[in-house]
Amino acid sequence: MLKQTPLFDLHRDMGGKLVDFGGWNMPVNYGSQIEEHHAVRNGAGMFDVSHMTVVDIQGTGARDFLRYLLANDVDRLKLPGKALYTGMLNESGGVIDDLIVYLMVNGYRLVVNCATREKDLAWINSQAEAYDVTVIERPELAMIAVQGPLARGKVHDLIGAAVLEELKIFQGVPLSGEGYADWFVARTGYTGEDGYEIILPAEAAVQLWQDLARIGVTPCGLGARDTLRLEAGMNLYGHEMDDDTSPLVANMAWTVAWEPAERNFIGREALTAEKSAGISHKLVGLVYTGKGVLRAEQEVTAPGVDGVGVITSGTFSPTLGYSIALARVPVGFTDQAVVNVRNRQLEVKIISPCFVRSGNKVF
Amino acid sequence: MSEIRSELKYLSSHEWARVEEDGTVTIGITDHAQEALGDVVFVETPEVGSQVSAGEEAGVVESVKAASDIYSPVTGEVIAVNELLEEAPETVNESPYDEGWFFKVKPSDVSELDGAMDSEAYVKSVEDDS
Repeated sequence: MLKQTPLFDLHRDMGGKLVDFGGWNMPVNYGSQIEEHHAVRNGAGMFDVSHMTVVDIQGTGARDFLRYLLANDVDRLKLPGKALYTGMLNESGGVIDDLIVYLMVNGYRLVVNCATREKDLAWINSQAEAYDVTVIERPELAMIAVQGPLARGKVHDLIGAAVLEELKIFQGVPLSGEGYADWFVARTGYTGEDGYEIILPAEAAVQLWQDLARIGVTPCGLGARDTLRLEAGMNLYGHEMDDDTSPLVANMAWTVAWEPAERNFIGREALTAEKSAGISHKLVGLVYTGKGVLRAEQEVTAPGVDGVGVITSGTFSPTLGYSIALARVPVGFTDQAVVNVRNRQLEVKIISPCFVRSGNKVF
Repeated sequence: MSEIRSELKYLSSHEWARVEEDGTVTIGITDHAQEALGDVVFVETPEVGSQVSAGEEAGVVESVKAASDIYSPVTGEVIAVNELLEEAPETVNESPYDEGWFFKVKPSDVSELDGAMDSEAYVKSVEDDS
């Protein structure tokens, strides 16, 4: 039996094409993934991301616990509401999950992926035993992402809170006032566009979705979310990283806080050894302007360079009009590579792994 | 339910075939197939003048989601391909049976199509799949 978010009936009524997404019955599109993609790049679109899991970490040991649990350092969060992107690693330096952690007035809030929910919670709870913390899962909360150049304005039209106007990127704020208990609005997203991720009580989510639709925010399925995040060069768990892939080869080295040196975190020892030995692979972007679409798991080679790489995510880029991909390749690969696509050898360009930001090509 | 036309022949791999008045055969993919594929972004058709064989790969259709082989329902020479699909592959989504056809074949033996499904059998095959 697939799990459902509080918006399930609404997705079905609005024509969403529902598919199994990590055990959840979620809309992949409402007709055209490409139209939804463009709606986010050019206007405003919304995604039901209630299948992601909100976990609050509270108690006097919360700070010490998270400084041990996460590769990034929550001490970088100076003000309540600030957000940090980080990997949660295993002892071998592999990524159990990537997540966002917020500093809250009464502790911290983690937002973790749906597909890794059980694994994450088991790991968090087992590691928490040594600390004076309470791990509180919040299944009663839903989450709606509103993204695109017009997204903030649309949300402000509905929620006239001055506090939103002042929010900086990667910062969130709890709303106050009647009807807004347990609402938390953050200026984060997964599309390469400005916008908000709104965490709110499940019973309020249907009304918000309907209100957003009424003022012209396009309902988008998870298909568009994937093409948007890939254009933005953002990692997806299980593709660009997993339990056997370290953040150093997944283009996440910037999320590992090495300083202060005395902070021990899970995976530090393994990462330190990997760093001093030198990494063997790196994550790059691939561009193919010809006819055809690069897909995950296709092999990547480079003339005159040893080793074989693999595409971790590949798609047609609706914004650019040709195919793009993320690939894990040997570090010796430079600017050109060849992808084996159905027995054809396609010459592709290697770029830094980001393709589109704020609607513009960036390579 | 997606559109299924009674005058066409169908393969279980979701191609349709229409025998034209001049005896040539026009081939495309069904409404059900385009719906399942999602937004079509590239179509690779066989070359005009090339030979295709019944039941063998004759092209590829790529959607945002996946690449799928296109099989020819008949053996023969390719006499035309739909050039519109080069510029506007989304035509396959918009008009799978009319504007979005893929290629036309001059069949060496049109009775090969007798082995293909009629619309009723195709309806059943789609229902069995879902």
